[in-house]
Order: sequence, then C-alpha cells, then structure tokens
Amino acid sequence: MIAYIGRRLIQSALILLGVSIITFALLYLLPADPVRQIAGRSATPQTVENIRQQLGLDQPFFVQYWRYLTNLLTGDLGRSYIQRSEVSELIVSRLPASLLLMLGAIFCELAIGLTMGLVAATKRGSATDQTLMLTSFVGVSAPQFVVGLLLLYVFAVRLGWFPIGGYGTWKHLVLPSLTLGVLGAGWYARMMRSSMIDVLRQDYIRTARAKGLRRGTILVRHALPNAILPVVAMIGIDIGIFMGGIVVVESVFGWPGIGQLAWQAIQRVDIPIIMGVTLVSACAIVLGNLLADIVAPFIDPRIKLR
Amino acid sequence: MKQFLTTTVAASALALMLGLMPATAQEQRDPNAKPGGDIVITYKDDVSTLDPAIGYDWQNWSMIKSLFDGLMDYEPGTTTLRPELAESYEISSDGTVFTFKLRPGVKFHNGRDLTAEDVKYTLDRVTNPKTQSPGAGFFASIKGFDEVAGGSAETLSGVTVVDPSTIKIELSRPDATFLHVMALNFSHVVPKEEVEKYGPDFGKNPVGTGAYKLAEWTLGQRLVFEKNADYWNKGLPYLDKITFEVGQEPIVALLRLQKGEVDVPGDGIPPAKFQEVMSDPAQKERVVEGGQLHTGYITMNTTMAPFDNVKVRQAVNMAINKDRIVQLINNRAVPANQPLPPSMPGYSKDYKGYAYDAEKAKALLAEAGHADGFETELYVMNTDPNPRIAQAIQQDLAAIGIKANIQSLAQANVIAAGGDKAGAPMIWSGGMGWIADFPDPSNFYGPILGCGGAVPGGWNWSWYCNEDLDKMASEADSITDPAKAEERYKMWGTIYEKIMEDAPWVPVFNEQRFTMRSPRMAGADNLYVDPVHIPINYDYVYVNDVQ
Repeated sequence: MIAYIGRRLIQSALILLGVSIITFALLYLLPADPVRQIAGRSATPQTVENIRQQLGLDQPFFVQYWRYLTNLLTGDLGRSYIQRSEVSELIVSRLPASLLLMLGAIFCELAIGLTMGLVAATKRGSATDQTLMLTSFVGVSAPQFVVGLLLLYVFAVRLGWFPIGGYGTWKHLVLPSLTLGVLGAGWYARMMRSSMIDVLRQDYIRTARAKGLRRGTILVRHALPNAILPVVAMIGIDIGIFMGGIVVVESVFGWPGIGQLAWQAIQRVDIPIIMGVTLVSACAIVLGNLLADIVAPFIDPRIKLR
Repeated sequence: MKQFLTTTVAASALALMLGLMPATAQEQRDPNAKPGGDIVITYKDDVSTLDPAIGYDWQNWSMIKSLFDGLMDYEPGTTTLRPELAESYEISSDGTVFTFKLRPGVKFHNGRDLTAEDVKYTLDRVTNPKTQSPGAGFFASIKGFDEVAGGSAETLSGVTVVDPSTIKIELSRPDATFLHVMALNFSHVVPKEEVEKYGPDFGKNPVGTGAYKLAEWTLGQRLVFEKNADYWNKGLPYLDKITFEVGQEPIVALLRLQKGEVDVPGDGIPPAKFQEVMSDPAQKERVVEGGQLHTGYITMNTTMAPFDNVKVRQAVNMAINKDRIVQLINNRAVPANQPLPPSMPGYSKDYKGYAYDAEKAKALLAEAGHADGFETELYVMNTDPNPRIAQAIQQDLAAIGIKANIQSLAQANVIAAGGDKAGAPMIWSGGMGWIADFPDPSNFYGPILGCGGAVPGGWNWSWYCNEDLDKMASEADSITDPAKAEERYKMWGTIYEKIMEDAPWVPVFNEQRFTMRSPRMAGADNLYVDPVHIPINYDYVYVNDVQ
C-alpha cells in the first residue's frame, strides 16, 4: 500500500512538472507582450526594455523556466504583473471559496444524481425512467453559463428565494452549487442507474426476494450499498471536471474563487496568475485522482490496488 | 455638450492667464446635497491596485482619485482644470518653469502634514523604472527625466523643493499639457514612509490625502471606503461609506440594481439589456448619458500593400456606412469623421470628412489600380459587439469589391498584431479604442498617430508616420501661453485634418457612456459620467434618503 502511494506520488510530481513545462511554453509562445501591458500606452521604448529586463523576460525560454521552477520549489509563485501582489496570496485568499463551492456541488450532484439513478433503475423502462434519463441528458449537455443565468433569473430575480450572486451565507451557495452540480448529477444518474440495474440482477438480490423481504428493504439494505460504491469512487475524478466549471460558474455568480481569478488573469494576460492557478488546479486534479484510487478499495473491496 | 465645453475651456484659459485660482472659495456646491449615508457600487473585474503610480484601469482610476490628490484636478463633471493640492501656481514666461504653492493644512491619512518633499518624492518615484509605472512617459518633459528613466539618476534634476510649501518644476521643453499631467493619477502625492513600509504592497495599503480612506479590502470580494473626516476640502465627501463589490457580471449588477441592492453598476448597462432598459420608462428615468473622450476607428497599415496607396485608404473611408454601425450598437455612439471626439478641444466642427459613397469609393479604388478589389484581413477583438461591427465593416467593404477576412482574437493578440509591422493589414479598434488620458488634443496624437508610436510593440497600428506633422505637433505643444490656447487648438485641428487627407484611419464613432443610478442616488448627472473622474466622481455624489 505504502509502496503504491509512493509510486503514485512520484508519478504525480512528474505529471505536475509536465503541466508546468507545457503551460509555461504555451504562455511563452502567446503572441501577446505582457511588458507592453504593464508599461502602458505612453511608455517610451526605453521604459519597455527596462521593465522587460527587470522581469527577466528578455532571457531565453529555458532560463526563464528554470528560474520559475526554482522559485516554485521554495513556494514562490511570483508576483502578478497587473495586480502586483504575491500570486500565492491571491490564490490562498480565494481557495476557501472555491473549495466550499466544490463541496456544495458534490453534495448537489450526489443528492440529485443518485436519487434520479435509483428511481430510474427501479422503474426501468417506464415513462418515469425515460423522463429522468432525458433530464439527465439535458443536465449533462446544458451549458453552465445558461443554466447559471436561468437559475439566477428564476430563483433569485423572479422568486427572490436566493440572493443575486455574491458570497457570504449558505443562501449564496445554493444556486452556484446547483449550477456546477447539474452536470455531474446527469452523469451520476446514468451511472447509478446502470450500476443499480446490475446489482438488481445479482443472485443475492434474488435470494433476498425469495426470502420474502420487502421491496424497500431489499433496495435500501442490499442493493443500494453495493450499487453506490463504484459511483462514489468517482468523486475524486470530479474535481477535474469542477476545475473547468468553476471558471464559468464563479464568473456568473460573482463567486470569489480561483476560477474567477483565472478568468480575469487570462483576459489581462497576467501570466504569473495563469501559471499559479493552472498548477494549483493540476495539483487538485492529480491529488483528487490519487485519493479516489486509494479510497476505492476501502469502500469497494472488489477493487484491488496494484 | 460641445457648446458647454467650449465655454469651460475658455474659462479655464482665463484662469490660467491669471495664474492663480483658489479652489474651494469659488467652488459651487450642490445646495441640496446632504452629508451621510452609504452606497454600493459593483464592478466585474477585481481592483488590481490602488497605487496611483501604477493603477491604470476602469475600476481603479476614480477610486485612486478619491484616495489621493494631485497638485491639479478638474471641476467636478467637467474638463476644466483647477488647482487641488496646489493653492496657486505660476508659469514662467517661456513656459518651462512651473512653481506650485501648496495648500496649507493638508494631511495624509496617517496624520502627517503634506510637504513639498512629498511631491518631489512622488515624481521621482513614478519616473523611476523600478516602479514600473505605466504613466512614466507622461513626465518626459521634466528636466532630468531621461537620466532617471535610463537608470543613471535617482531623482529628477528639474524638480526642486523651494521651501516646505513650494515646489518648482523645470521642463526641458515647453509643454502646454503639463498642468494636465499634474492632474493625472500618476502624479498624485504619496507619503514616502508608507510606500517604504509596504513596499510592493503599497497598492493594497494606500495612504493618501484624498476624500476617502480605505477601510477594508477583502481580495476578490469587496473594498470599503470610509469618509476622511480630516479632508482639507471641508464638507466633502458627502457619503460616509462606499462599498465596492467586485466580481459582479454587469447583467447581474443590473438585476441587483432593479432589486435595490446596488446603487450604481460601475460597468454601466450591459449591451444585451440596453434596449430593454431604455424601453421601460421607470428604468430609463434613471439612466445617465454622457459623452466620453473616445473614438472607435479602423486602422489601415500604411506600410502594407495595397494600403500603402492613399487612394485605397480614402476609398475605404468612403465605403463604411457609419450610421448603420451606430444603429448596430443601439445608438450608443455618434458617427465620427475625424480622430478627435466632439467634446475635445481642437475638434474641427466644420470638417465634414469622407461622406459614405460606395460608388465614389469604387471609382477611387479603380483609379488606384484595384478595379476588381482585393483580399485582406480585418483584426478584431472577440467580445461583443466587436465581431458584429467587424461583420458590418466586412459587408461594406465587400460592396466595393474588397474581401476582408475577419480575424477575431483576444485583446492581447490583436494588440500584439497591431504592434507588428507585418502583422495586421486592418484592425477595428473596438474594445481597445483610444480614450484620452486627459482632455487635450495632443493626447490623441503621439502614441497612436505620431512617428514615435510607429515602432514594434507600439500603438500606432496604421504605422503612419508624417514627419512634417510631428514637427507641427511639437510646435503646437510648445505654445504654453494660456492666451494663445485657442491658436494652439486650431493648430491641432489642422493637424488632424491633414491626417485625414492621408487617411490612415477610418474614424467610425465616438462612444457615449450610459450608466444607471438607484432612485436614492443624487447629484448632478455629469458626476455619474464624469469625463475625468472615470467612471464616477465619488467625492461629490450623495444620497437623498439621509435625515
């Protein structure tokens, strides 16, 4: 087990190194000059060159990358070109909001997805099943920007049940979590349905029925715990999907997380922030996957680590 | 608006002639203004920094003006210069020495008195390359600038502290715009001890002499400004507190305004909601419209065939149906015929420009040897409404036989293509169009139409360089005698007319600003579309629901 975790950690470090090289190279090749952005429209060519030298952007790619990497190892993500603040400070100040949103989204997708999947499986082939699967399909394919604005309009503007964007109370959390969770809920509904159908075909369920147990007891005590296992093991992988989603959802709802930070940095070509957020997201995805793999055998003994 | 500005500019010239102008004594305050109350303002983007030497964007420009003060400022809601931290000033007869007498009793937010040493420190700091100020270039006319910018000196030799309340600034050449430069945020005075205490984080811990103090800044969420009780301009500001909520999409901000949760959406009315707002009388009543010192234009790369032929450029000027483009953006602009916007001094009222005439354009194109047209590329920023405007331009060009392929890219990529001599044949400037830094006609020339801007990475995207006009521009800017201001503006008007003969641009429209305010917000309309305290003059607005 420990050897497995060690091996996976080394792999993770290599993945992160690869991500950092690729992102750094892409940003380096970007046909946009951050120095011009910093220097402003009235800058003389001399000022522009001075700033370029101070930031070390006149150095060759590998020199720049090596300097970034060595700073990174000491925990220094650099300073934002536009905000002039420490990137680590900006990310740390926004991480709690993103994590909270992710927790909210996980809760929403499990609550909605698993319930839908369970109901659909037990009523397999019926109109309910078809309606639920169609709904899940819509959930998976609807653009989050549209879902977000729609929820905002209906539940915040028209009905006034929730605040219109912002951050602070549990009420602020509901709509963004729901928007982010709808996509996952669609997947979970489909997975839960097929997993449940699979379990319901098993011999021990037939035995339970033969014993004369009530349908509800069979479902809740025997089928559900087995059907839910492979589904729950997927949560770690969700983090990767969320990382993409939070950029959109946080912008729509004015949620002060790292997705919003990334979006603003991309628009302003603020390279240190883009690099920082990318690396932190990559870390989260890699660790999420690792966690999913480690936890899976504990909740589902049929899976073995190798 | 035009009439109003001409009058105020004349008044400003008169004041400059007198050389002295007390600010508070003559200030006309709104008799209905009541002190107290707090308001909520939203912005989409986070506030980057509140360091006056560095901040240069839509959100922080006016915030910095409320936290800090400069030697000069403008009458609220207008482009009329007036002294601010300077109690009075004198200009030498040759226009190269400016002596400012500081107002007594001005205190920084940390309680210390402002002195002339602070002004000198501020100017040394903003021009020092280590500060990386995007505004350093504005101070190029101060003696010793080249040495500081080049790193061989730490202080500007032209700036001298005469006594604790007097500062003398010598210029290396006469500069008619210098008082405007002293009103720019970049010259707003900062206390040395606080800058040194916070280092690069001064922008997050600003300490100035302004009407408000920063009370709270929660990154990515909100900033809270509180009234500075010791403000030198007694009675100001009217509001006790302003909360800026950041990260709010303009469309969400509008919805919140409608629910009464927001007082002013800082980014204005989102284009998608514009018609809906304007067609509802209750909402329309709360809309404030104002001109801004902006021009949207199409550049043609004059070093690239076939745009190296002036006839081709003139033909393109005649081919564009500007009225239709203005309609396309719900009439949120007025059609333009010259680089300067109508509210800018120097604007030629009698100049008619190139009238829309596709037939004449076709004939001119044939004369230039392109009877069958040609194929080219039109670069455009990829956010609405710019791609739609580019499509309208594309259709207009197709009507005279020019096939323009649209390259819709992120802002930074379009800027990079414009700064590359072989990069972009044509660019629609929307989203990146020139908004003047200060209300003077010279501000539309240097970086975007002068030879100095036609360099790799520069902002002169048409790569137009007319050395005769450069010479004329320097001549105009050396006229510092306020009595000759009109003559100078006329010279600038001529420069822009000559540019239009060479037609490196198609000036398309001058954008109007539209914003909204909640029913409780009060104060003159022009404070909400202030041409200089962009976007809102926080010091003078007030609420009408305080007791």
